[in-house]
Amino acid sequence: MSFFLRRAVFYVFTAWAAITLNFVIPRLLPGDPVTALIGRMQGRIDSGAEQSLRVLFGLDQDMSLWQQYVEYWRLLLHGDLGLSFTHFPTPVSDIVAQALPWTVGLVGISTVVAFLLGTAVGTGIGWRRGTWADSLLPITTFFSAVPYFWLGLIAIAVFAVNLGWFPSSGSYDRGMVPTLSWEFVGSVVYYGTLPALTVVISSVSGWVLGMRNMMVTVSSEDYVTVAHAKGLSSRAVVVGYAARNAILPQVSSFTLALGFVVGGTLVMEMVFSYQGIGYTLFEAVTTHDYPLMQGCFLVITLSVLVANLVADFAYAALDPRTRQEG
Amino acid sequence: MATGTTSIEVAAPTGVDDPGPGVARPGRRPRLMFLRNPKALVGIAILAVFAVLAVLGPWIAPYDPNQVSRDLLQAPSGAHWLGTDHTGRDILSQLIVGTRGVLVVGLVAGVAATALGVVVGVTAGFVGGAGDETLSAVSNVFLVIPQLPLIIIIAAQLPSAGGITVALVIGVTGWAWGARVLRAQTLSLRRRDFVEAARATGERTWRIVLAEVLPNLTAIIAAGFVGTVIFAVLSQVTLAFIGITPVSEWNWGTILFWAQNNLALQRGAWWWFVPAGLCIALLGMALTLINFGIDELVNPRLRSTGMHARTLRRRGIRPRVGFTPVVRAGRPAVETSEEER
Amino acid sequence: MTGPVLEIRDLRVDYGFGDDPTHVLRGVDLTLHRGEVLGLAGESGCGKSTLAYAATRLLPPPGLITGGEVWLTDREGNRNDILGLTDAQLRAARWRDVAIVFQGAMSSLNPVFRIGRQLTDGIRAHRPGLSARDLEARAAELLEMVGISADRLRAYPHQLSGGMRQRVMIAMALALEPQVLLMDEPTTALDVVMQRQILEQIMELRDRLGFSVVLITHDVSLLVEVADRIAIMYAGEIVEEATAADVYRRPRHPYAHGLLGSFPPLHGPRRELAGIPGSPPDLQRLAAGCPFAPRCPHAMDVCQQVRPVLGPPRTGEARRVACHLHGADLPGDVAFPAELAR
Repeated sequence: MSFFLRRAVFYVFTAWAAITLNFVIPRLLPGDPVTALIGRMQGRIDSGAEQSLRVLFGLDQDMSLWQQYVEYWRLLLHGDLGLSFTHFPTPVSDIVAQALPWTVGLVGISTVVAFLLGTAVGTGIGWRRGTWADSLLPITTFFSAVPYFWLGLIAIAVFAVNLGWFPSSGSYDRGMVPTLSWEFVGSVVYYGTLPALTVVISSVSGWVLGMRNMMVTVSSEDYVTVAHAKGLSSRAVVVGYAARNAILPQVSSFTLALGFVVGGTLVMEMVFSYQGIGYTLFEAVTTHDYPLMQGCFLVITLSVLVANLVADFAYAALDPRTRQEG
Repeated sequence: MATGTTSIEVAAPTGVDDPGPGVARPGRRPRLMFLRNPKALVGIAILAVFAVLAVLGPWIAPYDPNQVSRDLLQAPSGAHWLGTDHTGRDILSQLIVGTRGVLVVGLVAGVAATALGVVVGVTAGFVGGAGDETLSAVSNVFLVIPQLPLIIIIAAQLPSAGGITVALVIGVTGWAWGARVLRAQTLSLRRRDFVEAARATGERTWRIVLAEVLPNLTAIIAAGFVGTVIFAVLSQVTLAFIGITPVSEWNWGTILFWAQNNLALQRGAWWWFVPAGLCIALLGMALTLINFGIDELVNPRLRSTGMHARTLRRRGIRPRVGFTPVVRAGRPAVETSEEER
Repeated sequence: MTGPVLEIRDLRVDYGFGDDPTHVLRGVDLTLHRGEVLGLAGESGCGKSTLAYAATRLLPPPGLITGGEVWLTDREGNRNDILGLTDAQLRAARWRDVAIVFQGAMSSLNPVFRIGRQLTDGIRAHRPGLSARDLEARAAELLEMVGISADRLRAYPHQLSGGMRQRVMIAMALALEPQVLLMDEPTTALDVVMQRQILEQIMELRDRLGFSVVLITHDVSLLVEVADRIAIMYAGEIVEEATAADVYRRPRHPYAHGLLGSFPPLHGPRRELAGIPGSPPDLQRLAAGCPFAPRCPHAMDVCQQVRPVLGPPRTGEARRVACHLHGADLPGDVAFPAELAR
């Protein structure tokens, strides 16, 4: 089986597993919080929407589990994730669709920036082992051990409250109407800078350490010695031979760590009240809005899968061994 | 679990034809070497301090962490070393009492996840074939699904998400990393001579696993355990911070929850949210350092081999790949590089 | 055409930057003449590969050169100490004057670059003026030279067999027509047929291009076939050095004798394989005397206390040996072993 086919099968399988997990969790856990909520909404909720919620949360006792599962898939394929209780009667899918671009913008960009930056710094430190660069390691170790959201708190305390350089919450100036104007974009960038910087600072150290260790490992490979023996310039050796190969495991650990990093950065949205998926999930949790919670989880998981897919393509582009047989 | 910081993950899949990282070599005493590792020692020392706090917490805390007083939102003083919160509760006491909650959850989650990871990983690596394919697929799925959101929705839907419940949820969702690494190692171990020999002599499978395979995986299991504990501590603190776990159970995240919800940031009450975060960072760092120690034990290439910056400077050595330093006795080091400073 | 091209003088190498390093090379003297094939043999861990790496300053950390000189005479006749060159000078000398073929054909090629690129980047580094077309033509020519068709230039290393990869490495090493080719176990990973083919090819290329070869291997019988001279190493020192025929027919050092006994002869009558009892010494804990004494069947009292010096034997033959049996002050009452006196 070729690399791509294998990966495609894996992603389809994982997507199926995530969706099924989303179906199973509410049915597996004890308690029945949704029934009570539907009861409270009695009369205000129309029967079709109530039916969706019953299917999504397994409240229909007269349906077999299989029927429920089929029905659940039917709803999902129609984009029906139920109604949000908090923002009643807005459909969950609408809320999620509104929040997603913000998350992709903030978490996506800052994660990629952190990865690139961390890889570059790790290359330098790994190559200059036994020099001053090693003293950067304890700092990165510290940052990799700090919870992301706490760094967010500190950033707000210092840069928003004390220095007043950046706003402490929100994603754009609420006095503005969201349009595609320079002013509005400028406001989005201004509001996004502090959360983005915090995400970068908190996640960059992991990439630094990973790349540093890979550089140390790859530096003792024979082909690096051959490159030196050829009398290539140190730039050519570092970039073309050492870093070029060290980045391969770095990219594959990117795919593996993505879920972890995204989880951590979503909490950052909660700290900054940034209107993305993470903040929506936070709202849903605090208001016991179960349909919204489930919807957020599903969207987060599927987004991470897509990001993984992209990283896999990048890996395939970087490593000829995955592209060709033989 | 810290993002790709362990080289084990990287070393393991290639370990098939390597002499093999993580495999105890006769003649060396890994345990003693581990205790000689300065990084690991510092980590163990910090961890020990926290462990003492966790055990003795309620007895040595100066106040009852729930006791309200009239000293509202006081900055650190002689009476309250780390100040008080909005209802006059002593923050140092909250911190000390909360240590136990953090460590217990970390430990329980770590044990649960490691046990699951060992069972799944070693089984997958040892049985091979369809069983391996299935188990690997399952652990890869768990790796890709973002854990924190998963933990959040599970914990949020549980009627009561106390410490142990949260720990078990973290354990059940967080085993996949360890399983993946262990599978790769088991695969390479399975082809080693001594395992092949045991199979050839008709040794029972479970005996081979217990006697031949598991002892050689000790370092990797330990690293996985430590990694999971780090992740569990961070997750649990995050859950408490979001307000999913009961706010009456003290841990460091609970303190941050109260601080965030009572505008500690806006009020400039730094003593409320800084110490708890530093404690988390310190504990996380201690565990990371222990893992570095294990890492260097497993992957000799990372070991510094006496490369202490000070010694090197004193002897005039600049270690570089591709240009072996020349230090002739009695003569100053040949300083050859012009361009690579 | 007979002057020395590479002279290694009293080369000393430590392993470990700390205060308690392992001395892996302890004063090695060796001379390579123009056009010559010098074989370097010994058990694994004796320092023969370290010698090759140290002489080119490619030894990775924590390797440290603590003494000695490596004199290289370049094409213009200038004599330079490699250990004293600046980075830029060393880079310029590498590959142009001294090229290396490493042990692992599998791992010596960068897995993510095409063969063509890896053949040309070394040439480009030394001759920046060359056009892309010239480079490509030269790479094709090099591949053809080792019997690989030029269309493999676009192949990645993983698409080639082990033998082909090693040929690519050889082609790469000869790209700048170096004067010295160091080969560290170039054929170990290959099957016997492939080993022969590749070695024959190297010898044929040497006749054509006129470079000198240092061939490092643990397989003495191979050396006997192709080398002009052979040096035998033990515990970081050279213990015997002579013409290939002399080493093979009349080994003088007990270790050389034992080493030859561990391999079947390629021609002639079969003989019993003896091997050497015991294992190489721990370099960290080396006693005062001859490092081979603990394993030597002819060890005397003096061997335990005094380290023998590499020099001509008492008989005055044109060879060097480091053994008290052949020293000038051999006590008269010692029965000289017959197999070392042939």
